[in-house]
Amino acid sequence: MKLIFERSVKGRGCSVLPECEVPVWDFGEYGRKKELRLPEVSENDISRHYTELAKRTHGVNDGFYPLGSCTMKYNPKINERTAANDGFTGVHPLQPEHTVQGCLEVLKTAEQVFCEITGMDRMTFQPAAGAHGEFTGLLLIKAYHDSRNDGKRTKIIVPDSAHGTNPASAVMAGYTVVNIPSDPDGCVDLQKLREAVGEDTAGLMLTNPNTVGLFDKNILEITRIVHDAGGLVYYDGANLNAIMGVTRPGDMGFDVIHLNLHKTFSTPHGGGGPGSGPVGCKDFLARFLPSVQVEGDGPYTFVRQPDSIGMVKAFYGNFLVVVKALTYALMLGKDGLWEASRNAVLNANYLMEKLADKYKMPYRRTCMHEFVMSLEQEHEQIDVSAMDIAKALLDYGIHPPTMYFPLIVAEALMVEPTETESKENLDEIIRAFEEIYEQARTNPEAVKTAPHVTPVGRLDEVQAARKPHLKYSYDE
Amino acid sequence: MGRYVTNTREEQQEMLRAIGYESFDDLYRDVPEQMQIHGELKIPCGVSELEVQRRMEAMAAKNKVFPHIFRGAGAYHHYIPAIVDSVTGKEDFVTAYTPYQAEISQGNLQSIFEYQTMICELTGMDASNASVYDGATAAAEGVLMCLDRKRTGILVSAAVNPQVLKTIRTYCYGRNVAVQVIPEKEGATDTQALREMLDEQTACVYIQQPNYYGILEDVEEIGRLAHERKAKYVVGCNPISLAVLKTPREYQADVAVGEGQPLGMPMGFGGPYLGFMAAKQDMLRRLPGRIVGQTVDSQGKRGFVLTLQAREQHIRREKAGSNICSNEALCAMKASVYMAAMGPEGMRRAAINSASMAHYLAEKLQEAGCVVKYSRPFFHEFVTECPVDTGMLLTRLEEEGILGGLPLSGRELLWCATELNTKEEIDHLAGIVKEVCGR
Repeated sequence: MKLIFERSVKGRGCSVLPECEVPVWDFGEYGRKKELRLPEVSENDISRHYTELAKRTHGVNDGFYPLGSCTMKYNPKINERTAANDGFTGVHPLQPEHTVQGCLEVLKTAEQVFCEITGMDRMTFQPAAGAHGEFTGLLLIKAYHDSRNDGKRTKIIVPDSAHGTNPASAVMAGYTVVNIPSDPDGCVDLQKLREAVGEDTAGLMLTNPNTVGLFDKNILEITRIVHDAGGLVYYDGANLNAIMGVTRPGDMGFDVIHLNLHKTFSTPHGGGGPGSGPVGCKDFLARFLPSVQVEGDGPYTFVRQPDSIGMVKAFYGNFLVVVKALTYALMLGKDGLWEASRNAVLNANYLMEKLADKYKMPYRRTCMHEFVMSLEQEHEQIDVSAMDIAKALLDYGIHPPTMYFPLIVAEALMVEPTETESKENLDEIIRAFEEIYEQARTNPEAVKTAPHVTPVGRLDEVQAARKPHLKYSYDE
Repeated sequence: MGRYVTNTREEQQEMLRAIGYESFDDLYRDVPEQMQIHGELKIPCGVSELEVQRRMEAMAAKNKVFPHIFRGAGAYHHYIPAIVDSVTGKEDFVTAYTPYQAEISQGNLQSIFEYQTMICELTGMDASNASVYDGATAAAEGVLMCLDRKRTGILVSAAVNPQVLKTIRTYCYGRNVAVQVIPEKEGATDTQALREMLDEQTACVYIQQPNYYGILEDVEEIGRLAHERKAKYVVGCNPISLAVLKTPREYQADVAVGEGQPLGMPMGFGGPYLGFMAAKQDMLRRLPGRIVGQTVDSQGKRGFVLTLQAREQHIRREKAGSNICSNEALCAMKASVYMAAMGPEGMRRAAINSASMAHYLAEKLQEAGCVVKYSRPFFHEFVTECPVDTGMLLTRLEEEGILGGLPLSGRELLWCATELNTKEEIDHLAGIVKEVCGR
């Protein structure tokens, strides 16, 4: 299809703004020399263009989206409506405090609700996404050690099954990363952890349930080992959707956590963002929190923490995303959140058990909200890879699971169905997987060249990287 | 209780039985008993959609929405064409995630490619990423891009937005590098001081154009000084102003960043906004975050993919340049639709009307008894000294539904005007200011 620039016709446009009604300011020598080339299109052109683009975009509303570790649950529409309220969207972030009491109430209520769900004492909503939360949480750990003049703690321990953001965030926070291998169950190898901790340990980063979808039973022992060595323990909240109302990171011994409101609390992913990655902590870390905290219970006030790490972005975070997440949390309440987690786990186990007849499950025991399958056998025996299976799913209108993650499983597909899928949807994907399984054996070429009915076929990623073509060339 | 679980209780029981479990509790047998919540969470029970709507509306109603806004300082009140929300509200865009599976994400990928093109057109740069969280984090990432083994000094002008400065400081605290602040002189970066601060260790100089006080910096001179000492030049710019002002490329910036909120995003109490980042070709592989590139499919048809991923955390882990994963994709789409709807002429009008309104406002405030503090040229923000206590003046304006300038120190106010302000509104405002100042 055409690019918007290719639809441009000189002289077309939309009539958005009136002419200036006061004397026109002359920017003189400050003016740009190069002409600003933007599309010249009518409103109808724009509308049709984006409608066509939307048809070429698969969202949760289009179909099943079991992208492991991303929690692509249904995004309730009431969230969008409450966040679009002019009483929120029309508020300038630097208005006097007495004129933004509703916004402060949102932040305060959200803090109370999300702290209770996670077992934390305080929470900041400034981080804009999960990775941003990790960075913020690690800076709290850094500020804590600094405040005790404990300068020798320069290392963050990360399991080899961790999300890539964990080690990358640790480096951004100035730490050296120590990777520790997982045990054969995909959980933390306690012996390796004991060997890794020491006087240089600043902390450990962990998800629980972990990235292979298992609840690490040794969690209390893990957090104790790190604490005994003088380190703190960071909880990556990517997998919280399995355990709401069942257990809490705060009760497992974690000191600081982040949540992904765009995963667990149903705010839409927006094609990559905006998300929201609030950071919760135990009381002893609260004095280092960034930005400001809301105090009081009407009237509310903003209070800066005494030893704050500063700001990790402007203002108070992705506020309208927090409005959506709070809408969801209040609507579900303690009973609904519990039900959501239990069904996320049920759906994952149902799908895993049904697929296990044909596909290899490297960790075949009760999983949490997601599980990992391995296409290693298929890859070796019939030269069909995890990627091939994933691409074949596209022809069924199904978004494939996360591919090649976690790194500790060969030819991995990581599947997270979420609680909002129905039994018949799950049965349908099971049938699709089974058909692909058969086809991979009877007609492997068809699988290896999939997808066949999408707007484009497999794309040449090597060429894209070798000869980067990153913008429209006007001169073409 | 509100719920989005689709399966009925009966279906749930059926599924449990089908896979050999008796109850939900069996699914959680790996969670040690002492860690399980006994009883319930201490939050209210769930409610219906109507009830939650009432609750959230009640909170929104406790905010004051000012009909007349003369405050900016990092969040700007611009007109948002109707097509922006209409198009970006399409569920496919809203509910998709990062386009990892290119074949069913061509719409999303193409829209990012178009966004990258528009950001390059605005800034004059060679390459843009797909967005970061906001203007402040874009500035921090832009500064960090310039660090290398030999050069670790970071110089930031005192005349940048203070929240941006704080964010840069926090990111630099992470990386264990120090930030030195270039003093300001008469509301702008002190170029004499900058000359003395630059040395062989300086990695980059960061300034803002127009700066925090709305003033137009001597951008050519600052760039020349930075490059003389082989430091990189990073500039934070207001995207609306770029419709008429010199592009960062035209004054030799190496990296251009900024807050994209003015391009179609509501003020929304501070977010979500849009951090844009663009760089010259030689800095391309240091750009953080997603980048979309054009390529071909197996049939030779044009298509788009996420590219240059060897820079990113999911591939490089601890060796990645940045940890960013989720970005502000839907906000970037808002910016693209905004720019498409405005076109070159509309963008120019937004810029000129804003600046012209601000100059008219400055003139009227002077007539009313305030003094414009700096004599240098400004864009759509400026600082005044008031003859009276600013708290009293702002309270009086608030009674009239006017959000006045942002109080700085003493009797200074930082004012802003945009195309949404009218002559009538400004005349009314000036009348009140005159009345208060004349008491």
